[in-house]
Amino acid sequence: MEDNLLLQINNISVVYSDVIQVLKGVSLEVKKGQIVSLLGSNGAGKTTTLKAISGLLKPENGKVTEGSIIYQGRPIHNSAPEEITRLGIIQVHEGRQPFKYLTVEENLRVGTATRWGKPYKKDLELVYHYFQPLVARKNRLAGYCSGGELQMLVMGRALMAQPKLLLLDEPSLGLAPFLVREIFEIIKRINEEQGTTIMLVEQNANMALQIAHYGYVMENGKIVMEDEAVKLRENPDVKEFYLGTATSGALKSYKDVKAYKRRKRWL
Amino acid sequence: MEFFFQLMVQGLSVGFLYALAALGFVMIFKSSSVLNFAHGELLAIGAFIFLVFSVRLNLPIPIAFIFTLAGTFALGFIIERLFLRPLIGEALIEVIMLTVGLAAMFKGLLLVIFGGNLFNYPDFLPKGLTIQWGAVVIQPVYVASFIIGIIFLSVFGFFFKYSSQGIYMRSVADNQPAALSLGVHVRRVFALSWAIASLVCALSGIILGIMNGINVHDISVMGLKVFPVVILGGLESIGGAIIGGLIIGLLETFTGGYVSTSLKEVIPFVVLVFILLVKPYGLFGLVEIERV
Ligand SMILES: Nc1ncnc2c1ncn2[C@@H]1O[C@H](COP(=O)(O)OP(=O)(O)O)[C@@H](O)[C@H]1O
Ligand SMILES: [Mg+2]
Repeated sequence: MEDNLLLQINNISVVYSDVIQVLKGVSLEVKKGQIVSLLGSNGAGKTTTLKAISGLLKPENGKVTEGSIIYQGRPIHNSAPEEITRLGIIQVHEGRQPFKYLTVEENLRVGTATRWGKPYKKDLELVYHYFQPLVARKNRLAGYCSGGELQMLVMGRALMAQPKLLLLDEPSLGLAPFLVREIFEIIKRINEEQGTTIMLVEQNANMALQIAHYGYVMENGKIVMEDEAVKLRENPDVKEFYLGTATSGALKSYKDVKAYKRRKRWL
Repeated sequence: MEFFFQLMVQGLSVGFLYALAALGFVMIFKSSSVLNFAHGELLAIGAFIFLVFSVRLNLPIPIAFIFTLAGTFALGFIIERLFLRPLIGEALIEVIMLTVGLAAMFKGLLLVIFGGNLFNYPDFLPKGLTIQWGAVVIQPVYVASFIIGIIFLSVFGFFFKYSSQGIYMRSVADNQPAALSLGVHVRRVFALSWAIASLVCALSGIILGIMNGINVHDISVMGLKVFPVVILGGLESIGGAIIGGLIIGLLETFTGGYVSTSLKEVIPFVVLVFILLVKPYGLFGLVEIERV
């Protein structure tokens, strides 16, 4: 394989509780240093894909039953989250999951778990540099922070782990537009300045495709389309279904028969 | 007035003893939601291990003390590894029933090894620890309990508040999926909480042994006292466990002093029932932060 390939997912199937099949043969690649966006509507299987990578399927009784996930040349699809995080893969859950009864700075310190005992002052400074609003909140319980602050907190916490591959699950969910812009701006800067490879799961395709290099579109547990982000942005189907800017007059319904036929081409 | 003062100091030192025991109980509950019914047996095991080191092996007391702490800490790890870990992921009730089984097993083992007699430690506490203040005389064991309580509760307080390992432990108690996603070794946290619990139980077991002598049944029954303490303090809160311990200690001692000694043993459980009726989450139970 090419050396600049960081992660390779080969045709994986994921099953929850031994019976509920959610992913049906998903393949994708993430190149080192890129932002790769995974788009798709609710229930498409985006979160499941991230959890398959990070090993967090296990506590939910989910399993990769077929295919393989290769990270830096080694298979990781059967590894525990404790090992996978130590290889540099950190997932940020959707819906912001702070430690409510820990202060903001204590939350950040949990991010050092993969390298316990090593110095972390520089990393704290780096996090406060990117997420300046957190400085004033340092000693406040995370449970009392606002949604925007929490999104910064959980991303900063992940950054404390010095990730090589950062998996972000819907960072824009439920945030005001100006906050979404700010958060995406920071994601882009982290990618450029720290060289962190990022996999960005989003329903806000518009924002995601502005900062991503490459994009995949998922539906019903399958990848239905993939391309350079610039090209996806111009793709008429993506425009219609995910960017909400249909060129052919009126916005079409998601379940439109014609649209279904057109989408069939990628299945 | 002197009598009041005497009861007050005694009550507080008994309270510290309960607080230490409750700390162990709350730690396990906080990290893994397991109610440990083998708690009293952990007290007894600690007391007997110290007896072996100090009397049977005749080691100097400070050495025997340190060996006991190290030994019970290791024992906590081993218990978690052998008995609790295989049940991770099983229904909670199974795990709790397991601790009931462990209680019976530990008690049986202690009875087989030591029998049901009453043992005593040598009288090693320096007489200089006695506090005399007019007619008030506080026995060395109460002073020692006071000092040990304050030292160890502060040590663990600082550990949880400031050390990285302590913060990881609290993160698991707070939001386990998030802790897992950051690479916190959750199983290690469970093991560590058993180890610390077993150690603080040994501390309170030893103090109990000095106060009342060492007997398998008597000490393991004391484990029940932890329930009123933690219910009063709130199962989730370490600070609450300490305050709960102090309140129950004071209540007991004052009841014994002013009302009747036979009522003394009952009072904590009366409080337990009352609290459960009035404030089921305990006086200091966590207020759920609800904000998105
Ligand atoms: N723990 C689980 N057990 C069973 N089914 C699940 C579980 N988690 C998710 N699913 C199902 O898998 C499908 C995909 O979910 P998810 O990966 O969360 O999608 P997305 O993140 O794209 O919204 C959904 O139909 C959901 O109901
Ligand atoms: Mg999702």
